[in-house]
Amino acid sequence: MRKLLLTASVAGAIAPAAQGAGLDVSVEIPRLDVAEYHRPYVAIWIENADQSVAADLAVWYDVAKKENEGTEWLKDLRQWWRRSGRGQQFPVDGVSGATKPAGTHAVRLEEGAGALAGLKPGNYALVVEAAREVGGRELVRVPFQWPAQKAERLAARGEHELGAVELNIVP
Amino acid sequence: MTRHAARLASRFTPRFASRFASRFAASLALALPLAAQAHDLWLLPSSTVLSGQDAWITVDAAVSNDKFYFNHAPLRLDGLAIAAPDGSAAQAENIGNGKLRNTFDLQLRQSGTYRVAVVNDGVFARWKDADGKPRRYFGKPEGLAQAVPAKAQDLQISQSLGRIETFVTLGKPSAPAPVGKGLELVPVTHPNDLYAGEAATFEFRIDGQPAAGLEVNVVPGGARYRDKVDEIPLTTGKDGRVQVTWPQPGLYWIEASTEDDKTTVARASKRRLGYSGTVEVLAQ
Repeated sequence: MRKLLLTASVAGAIAPAAQGAGLDVSVEIPRLDVAEYHRPYVAIWIENADQSVAADLAVWYDVAKKENEGTEWLKDLRQWWRRSGRGQQFPVDGVSGATKPAGTHAVRLEEGAGALAGLKPGNYALVVEAAREVGGRELVRVPFQWPAQKAERLAARGEHELGAVELNIVP
Repeated sequence: MTRHAARLASRFTPRFASRFASRFAASLALALPLAAQAHDLWLLPSSTVLSGQDAWITVDAAVSNDKFYFNHAPLRLDGLAIAAPDGSAAQAENIGNGKLRNTFDLQLRQSGTYRVAVVNDGVFARWKDADGKPRRYFGKPEGLAQAVPAKAQDLQISQSLGRIETFVTLGKPSAPAPVGKGLELVPVTHPNDLYAGEAATFEFRIDGQPAAGLEVNVVPGGARYRDKVDEIPLTTGKDGRVQVTWPQPGLYWIEASTEDDKTTVARASKRRLGYSGTVEVLAQ
């Protein structure tokens, strides 16, 4: 778990120890019984009511490949590519990260820091999109209001490429 | 009868017949080798939306009524014109000529949108020779003088300008510069930013001016696996624009044709203009 948190903090660029106001995101990558398995590419972002991107939290892809070759398949995260990815230079500071194994992965966001700093009060959705080589693609949305009046635990579930997606809002 | 149903019905009236005839002639002039009947022209790109760097695409070029199946003839690539995002000309590589389709590769060295087109600019002449036998010539205007005898009877010359194209984007889409010549589609909605269930607007222009009242036909690919063509008939407004809401993801063929008398070739009585575009609509 320590290692997962550490990875997430790299992806989210947030120190894992702090427990102030913010968002705790957890994303489950399911273990799949398939002949040829590749870790999925995953994008996590906060979406405005009009589906534009308020903030990118993470994009997990083959960052270690030489000369940014891992970016060739980023377009398969087609919703994220349309809304945000195609306008970016890679790697994206504090957003790009390595692909993750099956399991539950955490991304913590502190209020006032990084992606949350510019978030105005309003309706948003946490969006997680996954695309896997020789596999499928799936997108899961968790709508939420910001800022929250009280602690909230929101969740949604994918059916094939994603497992549980949880959003804990700490006011 | 709904407006849509009325328009569909109208496609089987003489108006449809005349339109068919004009397409027939246009495809004859554009699509050598000669076809015995009307056939449609199209390009089929391997990808339309790409990420990464220095990506490659391959493009098939064919003449066939069934979009996008190669089952009739290859589309000649003599008029291949590829505009890179910065407007410079990009070069096709590995050009191959097949029985049912021609192909070429293209490396996307720049980020942005490429306009990949085959532009056919030529003349079509018909006459009767000294024995009264019908003769004809298709090709470049420069060849007319040699092909047509001085004593040609009933000589009819028409000019033909056709554009068969598609759009491909690496990274962030850029706005393709309008061509300003012939019949063209000027994107209002970006042609690599199309999604099922959403509406897209395109402007048709003739020599850079909005083409009002132009009939535009949008045909989804993949007809082999359904019973109906499911074409979407549209007509441009005064501003030359049409709007289409994509019923499902997939490839679509966009066709329009017309004619006018703005010829630039001596003795040509009219100018035929054609447009055939291929776009890909993505799933949400």
